[in-house]
Amino acid sequence: MATTTAAIRGQAAETVVRPSRSLWSNAWYKLRHDRLTIVAFVVIVLLAGLAAGADVLASQVFNYTFEKQDLLRTYQKPTLQPLAFLFGTDEIGRSQVVRLLYGGRISLTVGFVAAFVNLTVGVGLGLAAGYFRGVIDDIYTWFVTTLQSIPTLFLLLIIAAIWTPGPATLTVVIGLLFWTGISLFVRGQTFSLREREFVIAARTIGARDARIMFRHILPNVLPLIFILAAIDIGGIILVESALSYLGLGITPPTPSWGNMLTNATAYFVRAPWLVIPPGAMIFVTVLCLYLIGDGLRDALDPRIRETK
Amino acid sequence: MAMTEAPSGRANRARSTATVDSGRNLLEVAGLKMHFPLTQGIIFQRQVGAVRAVDGIDFFVEKGETLGLVGESGCGKSTTGRAILQLYKPTAGSVKFDGTELTTLGGEQMRRMRRRMQMIFQDPYASLNPRMTVGNIIGEPLEVHSLAKGRAKTERVQELLKVVGLNPYFTNRYPHEFSGGQRQRIGVARALAVEPDFIVADEPISALDVSIQAQIINLLEELQDRFNLTYLFIAHDLSVVRHISDRVAVMYLGKVVELADRAELYERPLHPYTQALLSAVPIPDPQVEQKRKRIILTGDVPSPVNPPSGCRFHTRCWKAQQICSEVDPEFIEHAPRHWAACHFPGA
Repeated sequence: MATTTAAIRGQAAETVVRPSRSLWSNAWYKLRHDRLTIVAFVVIVLLAGLAAGADVLASQVFNYTFEKQDLLRTYQKPTLQPLAFLFGTDEIGRSQVVRLLYGGRISLTVGFVAAFVNLTVGVGLGLAAGYFRGVIDDIYTWFVTTLQSIPTLFLLLIIAAIWTPGPATLTVVIGLLFWTGISLFVRGQTFSLREREFVIAARTIGARDARIMFRHILPNVLPLIFILAAIDIGGIILVESALSYLGLGITPPTPSWGNMLTNATAYFVRAPWLVIPPGAMIFVTVLCLYLIGDGLRDALDPRIRETK
Repeated sequence: MAMTEAPSGRANRARSTATVDSGRNLLEVAGLKMHFPLTQGIIFQRQVGAVRAVDGIDFFVEKGETLGLVGESGCGKSTTGRAILQLYKPTAGSVKFDGTELTTLGGEQMRRMRRRMQMIFQDPYASLNPRMTVGNIIGEPLEVHSLAKGRAKTERVQELLKVVGLNPYFTNRYPHEFSGGQRQRIGVARALAVEPDFIVADEPISALDVSIQAQIINLLEELQDRFNLTYLFIAHDLSVVRHISDRVAVMYLGKVVELADRAELYERPLHPYTQALLSAVPIPDPQVEQKRKRIILTGDVPSPVNPPSGCRFHTRCWKAQQICSEVDPEFIEHAPRHWAACHFPGA
C-alpha cells in the first residue's frame, strides 16, 4: 500500500500531458515528417496526374494523338524537335511519349482498381476465415485452393471468349482472380493473432466478434496489407502486360505500359528507346509504391517514434 | 486416516465440494472437463484422441476470498481459469457463478455476464494491444458495456489509472512506453473498469521482476479490500500463494488433488504430491534449510493425452500400491474443509 501511494506521489511531480492522438492522427503526423515517403507519394501523384491529363497534353503540347502514325518517320531517335518525338517513335511512327501518357492511364487504373478489389475481397475473406475457423475456414480453404489450382491462362481464355476483352473486363477479372495470395497471408496472420493474449483479453471484457476483428486484429495486420498492396499493384501491371500480349487484355492500338514493353522487346537492339521508357515507368511506379507501403507501415507502428 | 478401507466404503462421506454452504459461494465448479480433440486426416477429420487438460474437477470459491490454484506447468491451471470464464467451451461439467449456470448461457447473455468476471493475464507484454493507447485499452470495457462515453469515459479511465497507482495523464501513451510492472497495472485497471465481483488472476506476477512482484501482489490485496473482490489466483510459486490465498487447491495432470485452508494445507498436507511440492520450497533460514528434507519425485509428468490409469500420480508416488494403479481415488473430505484425492493420505 505504501509503495502505491508513494508511486502516485512520485508520478504527480511529472505532469507531462501529451496531446491526444489516435493511431491515425499519429500516423499522419509521422508521415508528414517522412521525406522519402512524401517524395514517393508525389511521384505517384505526378504520374497519375500526367496520365489523367493525357488528352489535354496530347492535343495542346504534343499535337499528336496516340494512334497517329507517320510511316515516313519510323524508329526516330528521341529528339526535342518536334516535342512529340521526345522519346522517339516506334516501328510505325507513333509518338512514344504520347503513348506512354495514355498507357499510364490504362496501367495505373487497372493496377489500382484491381488491387482495390483484390484487397477488399482478400482481406475480408481471409480475416473471416482466420477468425471464425471451423466450417467457414474449411469452405474458404477449399475455394481458395480450387481457384489457385485452375490454370489462370485457360480461365482467362474462356473469359475472353465470353466477354470482349477491354480495360474494364480486365480489371474485374484480375480483381476477382488474384486475391488468393493476399488473402492467405491475412488468414495466417489472423490465425496467430486470434490466440494472442490481447485478443483473449478483448473477449474477456465482452467485446463482440466484429469489434475484435476490426479493432484488434485488423490494425495489427494492416502493415502487412500495405506491403502486399504495393507488391500487388506492381504485379497487376505486369500481369496486364502478359495478358495484353496474348490479346486477352488491352488490344492495340490502345497502349498500356505492359503492351508497349512487350511490343518493344522485338526491337530491343534497333530502338532501345522503345524499351526503356515503359520499363522505367513500371519500375518507378512499383518502387514508389513499395516506399509508400514501407512508410505507412512505420507510421502505423506506435513503437517507431523517429522518422527517417 | 484408515488406509486399508475399501474405496466403496467412502462413497457415502461428504464428497461434492460444490454443495457445501451454497449461499456463501460465488463460484461453484463441478465435474469440469476440458478436452482438446486431436484430429487426423485432411478431408475427413477423425478424432484420434484428446488432450485432457482438465479432467473432472470440483471446487468452490467463497465470496470475498482468494483461492490459490497451484501446480506444475501444463497441469491445467490456466485452462481451468479460461474454462471458468467460458473462453473455452467446457467439454463437460458445470460452472455456476452466483447461482447462474454459465455453460448453458447464450452468447449475448454470457457477454453481459462478463461484466462481473474479469481476468488478469500472465504476460503484460502480450496482453495489451500494441496499437491502442492506454486510454483506449482501459476505456474499451466501458464502451463495450455502454457504461460511459466521451468525457465521463475519460474521467473514469483517469480515475482507474489512479486506482492502480499510475499517472492519470498516461492515457495517450502506448503500451510499449511502459515497464512490465506498469503494464501489469494497466491490465489490472482494464479488469477493474467494469467493476467485477470475480477476477481470475492467471499467473499475474510470473512474468515480472522479483522486485516488482511484491508491488503487484500488494496492489491486488489492496484492491480486494477496497472493492470486495473475489480472486482465483493461479500461480506456481508456493510462497506467493501462501501469502495471498485464503484457501489453496493443488492440481496435478488435470485434476485437483488437494484443497484446504491455507494454514491447514501448508502444515498438514495429505496428498503425497502436495507434500513433495512443499518440500521443494526453500526456507530463508540457513540452519533449517540445511535440515530440510526434499522429496525428489522421479520421472516426468505423464502426457495428458494418455494419463495413467487409476490415480494419475501413481507413476511417481513413493506410496503407490496395487490399488493406486487400478482405482481412481475419490476427492473426499478427510478433515473439516480439507479435501484430498488419495488412497493413502497423510504422513
